[in-house]
Amino acid sequence: MKLQRKSGLRALTVGAVAITGALVLSACGSDDNSGSTPSNSASSSNSASSGTGSNAAGISCATGKLLSSGSTAQQNAIESWVKDYQQACSGATINYKPSSSGEGIIDFNNGTDAFAGSDSPLKPEEVAKSKSVCTGGTGINIPMVGGPIAVGYNLPGVNNLVLNASTLAKIFNGKISTWNDQAIKALNPGVNLPSTKIQSVHRQDDSGTTDNLTKYFKGAAPADWPYEHAKAWAAKGGQAAAKSAGVAALVKQTEGSIGYFELSYATASQIPTVKINTGAAAPVEATTANASAGIAQAKVKGTAPDLALDLSAAYTTKADNAYPIVLVTYEIACDKGNKADTLALTKSFLNYIASDAGQAKLTDAGYAPLPTAIATQVRTTISALS
Amino acid sequence: MTTTAPPPTTPEPHRVARTVSRPGDRIFAGMARGSGILLLIVMAAIALFLTVRAVSAISKDHGNFLTTFEWTPSLNPPVFGIAVLAYGTVVSSVIAMAIAVPIAIGIALFITHYAPRRLGGPIAYVIDLLAAVPSIVYGLWGALFLVPHLRGVNLWLDDYFGWTYIFHKQDPNSAARSLFTVGILLAIMILPIITNVSREVINQVPKMHEEAALALGATRWEVIRLSVLPFARSGIISASMLGLGRALGETMAVATVLSASPVLSARILDPVGGTFSQNIVAKFGEADDFGRDALIASGLVLFLITLLVNGAARMIIQRRKEYSGANA
Repeated sequence: MKLQRKSGLRALTVGAVAITGALVLSACGSDDNSGSTPSNSASSSNSASSGTGSNAAGISCATGKLLSSGSTAQQNAIESWVKDYQQACSGATINYKPSSSGEGIIDFNNGTDAFAGSDSPLKPEEVAKSKSVCTGGTGINIPMVGGPIAVGYNLPGVNNLVLNASTLAKIFNGKISTWNDQAIKALNPGVNLPSTKIQSVHRQDDSGTTDNLTKYFKGAAPADWPYEHAKAWAAKGGQAAAKSAGVAALVKQTEGSIGYFELSYATASQIPTVKINTGAAAPVEATTANASAGIAQAKVKGTAPDLALDLSAAYTTKADNAYPIVLVTYEIACDKGNKADTLALTKSFLNYIASDAGQAKLTDAGYAPLPTAIATQVRTTISALS
Repeated sequence: MTTTAPPPTTPEPHRVARTVSRPGDRIFAGMARGSGILLLIVMAAIALFLTVRAVSAISKDHGNFLTTFEWTPSLNPPVFGIAVLAYGTVVSSVIAMAIAVPIAIGIALFITHYAPRRLGGPIAYVIDLLAAVPSIVYGLWGALFLVPHLRGVNLWLDDYFGWTYIFHKQDPNSAARSLFTVGILLAIMILPIITNVSREVINQVPKMHEEAALALGATRWEVIRLSVLPFARSGIISASMLGLGRALGETMAVATVLSASPVLSARILDPVGGTFSQNIVAKFGEADDFGRDALIASGLVLFLITLLVNGAARMIIQRRKEYSGANA
């Protein structure tokens, strides 16, 4: 015997087909912020010779294969440098794996990296560990890629927002909760601020960007930021999003929101950025040139050849057109005891990226070139690597 | 051939089976035994690795590992705990189950008992497609589509059910990146597993049971209630547990949608909280060796929770077996 199933729902078949179609089409686009992929176009300008030689681009080439990994903050910069270097120097292969500063340092201390990229200088215990890979030397911090941390906001009708360290810290700490707060009004005379609640957006994942922003709060407005600087967000309240791209997307999506990310994300998503009232003649905008001027205030705190920077003077600077919320990322290599087979290429590549030509590339990607005084020390240090 | 006098009651066929042994038998038996042992060794190695690293991290924790909200192993002294993570994992999974299980059973019954055969096939196929979508795609869809579109739902819940406290939203303007949204997303993700397994189980209900019920004058609903559901109950529970397993461990979709923060709140519409796997993916990248050990400790807790859930499910199924006739 056979049970009769109810029929007559034929119209639903069309619905099922439509659902299938919708599912198939539900692919999502994602923003690619890098825009460039390393290409290995063979260069004819340099004969395939071993050892070093000079070429038209002014790069003194070396050959071989280099492994490196680390900070994603400098990923775009390194990718464009690697592309240029490999185009000019045939026979050189440089792999930079953008994992994270933490992983880069672990890789470096395991001896798998010729150099690592990091958002923060080595900690003392990491320096101690590096002695096992750097025969007769230690790992040192070489500042290389600087940049402004932009504070983006979404406030329709307001395109020229000025804040200072204290109000920023209070906003991100939840102490200022509406856009028409007295403290914000005082910094923006004549601007019609809405009474919307402020949605502050921070990073959900641990990140060097968070670390550097909270260093700035701690340095420039210690009274308003009761937490230690850290890679993990310490304050209560606000919303969290994954990675800089996630923060930028959420700010773009949410009216009344404010968040922080590298300048390139603000440019790519056309998010207006906050100008900082530092006490200088005019509020300072987040631009690469202004960030370079901010970094120029920094002091070297490492003992030579280590060039770890102390940015506290940059955080509190009152110099005109010096943007105070800056971060500097480092390349980490051994001062002595680099592996013999990669030393030549490491030195050659680092020399190129620290050169004027290399640093000039940074501006296009939203980074800030190193100020001259620091760049000079960096080049001296690189030449002395052994 | 045994030389000692065998007891006279030894069954004859058994002895015959034992005497015939060709190389193929021995090789196959060895391989099977080897596979079994290998599995045990791998499991023991994983458990040992997790336990050793977890214990070394927990012993240096300056907070209470079970009750601390924050996850800050990089501070000096390190303080980290799983309270928020355990709560968020359980709550988001419970929401997902509450939504997914009834719908999944409904779909399974529709396909097997209500839909015309020509429609049942395509629907089952679409459900299978849902299972094939990678979780990061669900995450992107959740963050870019579901979150903005759930705003209205959130406001409505807040307006009419805010008095329950659970559905009270502290800041009505905040985006819907909450445990509630995560629960809805997880429900969609576990729907295909529960539906498919339930459908298989329901298909195995003996036709005679249904026909007997019909013969007694039962309506279609009564047939389902009296003969289909009791028989399929243990299978549906197993299906739900499979789904729950996926919901508990889901990583990328949660990490993309949830606004994580170390706050434990019963208000499920507030953008706070966290889950074990979301926390691991957010913290692993920048963690140093000690931070990784701490994350491994949290992973071990998730492992234990999953074991407990599975054990409980097995007990329920065991107890139901006699009534359902599923062991027939």
